[in-house]
Amino acid sequence: MTTQTARATSTKAAGTGLRPSGTRGRRWWREVSWRYLVAVVMIVVCVTPLLYVISASLNPGGTLVGSNDLFRTVSGENFAELEARGFWGWLGNSLVVCTVTAIGTVLMGAAAAYAFSRFRFKGREQGLTGLLLAQMFPQTLAFVAIFLLLLTLKDVFPALGLDSLLGLICVYLGGALGVNTFLMYGFFNSIPRELDEAAKMDGATHTQIYWTIILRLVTPILAVVGLLSFISSFGDFLIAKVVLQRSENWTVAVGLYSLAADERTAPWGVFAAGAVIAAVPVVLLFLFLQKYIVGGLTAGSVKG
Amino acid sequence: MSQQTIVPDSEHAPPDSPPGDARPTRGDSSPARNFGKGFLVKLAIVALIDAVGLYGILTAIAVEQWAIMAFLALALVAVNWIYFSRRTLPAKYLLPGLLFLLVYVVFTAAYTGYVAFTNYGDGHNSTKQDAVAAILAQNEQRVEGSAAFPLTVLSRDDQLAFAIVRDGEALVGTAEDPLAPAQGAKVEADRVTEVPDWQVLGFAEIAQRQQEIVGLRVPASDDPADGSLRTQDASTGYLYESVMAYDEDADTMTNTQTGVVYSPNEHGQFQAEDGSTISPGWRVTVGFENFTRAFSDDRLRGPFIEIFLWNFAFALFSVLSTFVLGLFLAVVFNDPRVRGRKLLRALLILPYAVPAFLSALVWKGMLNTRSGFLNQVILGGADIGWLSDPWLAKLSVLGVNLWLGFPYMFIVCTGALQSIPSDVYESARMDGAKPWRLMRSITLPLLMVSVAPLLVASFAFNFNNFSLIYMLTGGGPNFVGTPVVIGHTDILISMVYSIAFESGLKQYGFASALSILIFLLVGAISWWGFRRTRRLEEL
Repeated sequence: MTTQTARATSTKAAGTGLRPSGTRGRRWWREVSWRYLVAVVMIVVCVTPLLYVISASLNPGGTLVGSNDLFRTVSGENFAELEARGFWGWLGNSLVVCTVTAIGTVLMGAAAAYAFSRFRFKGREQGLTGLLLAQMFPQTLAFVAIFLLLLTLKDVFPALGLDSLLGLICVYLGGALGVNTFLMYGFFNSIPRELDEAAKMDGATHTQIYWTIILRLVTPILAVVGLLSFISSFGDFLIAKVVLQRSENWTVAVGLYSLAADERTAPWGVFAAGAVIAAVPVVLLFLFLQKYIVGGLTAGSVKG
Repeated sequence: MSQQTIVPDSEHAPPDSPPGDARPTRGDSSPARNFGKGFLVKLAIVALIDAVGLYGILTAIAVEQWAIMAFLALALVAVNWIYFSRRTLPAKYLLPGLLFLLVYVVFTAAYTGYVAFTNYGDGHNSTKQDAVAAILAQNEQRVEGSAAFPLTVLSRDDQLAFAIVRDGEALVGTAEDPLAPAQGAKVEADRVTEVPDWQVLGFAEIAQRQQEIVGLRVPASDDPADGSLRTQDASTGYLYESVMAYDEDADTMTNTQTGVVYSPNEHGQFQAEDGSTISPGWRVTVGFENFTRAFSDDRLRGPFIEIFLWNFAFALFSVLSTFVLGLFLAVVFNDPRVRGRKLLRALLILPYAVPAFLSALVWKGMLNTRSGFLNQVILGGADIGWLSDPWLAKLSVLGVNLWLGFPYMFIVCTGALQSIPSDVYESARMDGAKPWRLMRSITLPLLMVSVAPLLVASFAFNFNNFSLIYMLTGGGPNFVGTPVVIGHTDILISMVYSIAFESGLKQYGFASALSILIFLLVGAISWWGFRRTRRLEEL
């Protein structure tokens, strides 16, 4: 698919790579040069679809067919059109839902991790195992039951029922104790207990120890968990689609899907513009905080 | 809570500093005083929760949701006890998360299990009582020779009502509230002309809302058997009564015109002796019927088996392909002689950084047969049905998932490679090991220790990778002649979605049964996988 471009650029890459390389001559060609070839091919594969979306987002009045000439015309028309489609409302909804979910997840997960890490109580081991078991049934599998639950809840608490952002947040918060708790539990355990014991001697209450000593020391893991929670609820489609019904309540995922659902009639340029705006913050977060996110990912959670 | 911080109050020592900062400055004051401020905050929060909970209990009683009421009552007792007792320290920290976990994970999981054994869905949505009322209402006809009532149409806040005069008394009723005497209504020549709080509709408005008015059914009384008041022309109302009659003692439904008697069958429907049934039915438990249905229904068996096998193949190939490519790239770029590795890594991580649902939608456009980027530009106007041919669509799904997923494996493998100490390699080289041998005997085994659990997790994730399938192909190309809308690239979870919401008739019971099936499969495989990788024992 990309051989032509790859070949053209590979010679260039190899040429430039020769100069700074410490290894000289034949050995460099045999052992290192092909690595640059692989790199160029992979970069083309990774970047082409992204360039395609950016180009489509700048192509005025774009349909699917018209988007194929990359960067033929450049205009902000699609971005202006987003307002009429209600995109900014979706983005606002997504930001509210994801921010509140992230904060809630961090607070509740950290509190639970603190309890498991610092207190010895009856049922502690079973509690940890129970948490692990509860994760075996992911919420995506229960979406029918979630739909029926929220349908019933609507009669009692309309704000927690179907078609409510708060209702969706609560569903997401159901997953607050889960992978995250284990992640934090491990981190909490690495903080020496002598610290809280010393504070206790000085007359600090457990609340003071928690808020002023422990939470400050574990800030990095709190940031990671909050970030992972934000990204995963930002990318969630299934539950948001099941819960939210009126278009002004949609999140970005549900809204953009509705724009691109039928590719023959889809306002492809407008969708692309929305996709670019929705993706840029997440991509930037990812690139800048790569180190932390990767640390969290390898500790056992997979991005949704 | 907020008042405390906003209103300056000289009596409370530093009023707007958080409790933590206060400690060092007044280290020698009594603990009771420290406790005081936190206690007030706690009191305010618990009071708020109690108020909301109490409101919930009252509403739950009003709408007769006994389960919700009982849960709220228990939760309130638990909250108050835990936060005001001194012996429940760990629970103070666990309770908030636990409550959400109980409602939105544990309960929904258990409820999925329950629904799986019922025929819950369209046509079986509610209780038997509701079904009887619905049947009576749906089979109403105008009573032969019944009186015609001069009728007035009223409205209030978009709600419509009928007013008539019966036995000299003015009655008003809406779709929800049966006819009842209206205080202060004015009557002229058997027609109601004015009702307090209601607005009488004029010709223009009647013409505008004609359909709504003709469709309105105002119950004659609380008893559905008494029939209802309806109108055809918005000026005369007739009493309608159901041709169906429900005999509570015998538990049978009788059609009073034909004399056919219907009795309840075990599928939650009234059934006549000739086998005909009346809709709607009600919710009953149907045993394992939902679980065996995919195999016992001839039109479903073949497609279901294909989806089942494809689901495994999809998850397995996705994990393997992303892992192999990720590992390959990690090994290739882990060479210190390669320049610009940092930039390279940032570029290769891009597909993973973009939210997956967006990439899937973009790929859907790019793979479009007639106008997609791949066919039109890269293949120079080819006409390949990347998403419309059953096999090619599967290949496309795997390809796109490889694009989406390899950066994750690349990152993970790079991290794992860098953590392998270099002296292991040196001593192996001293012993004369060739590169391939190094890879097979040192790199892979050491890598697997940390990566294997992630492979299992990745399998479990991909097994239920709903958004990729739904966004990219929507499950299509569809099978022909199946009773539910499913296609060649559907996996089990997207089939569940289709059964529950998108196949015309909503079948929550069947959908839940499939969810349970997926859970058992993934659970068993993950359990086996994690046991193999000895992850569970690390706890």
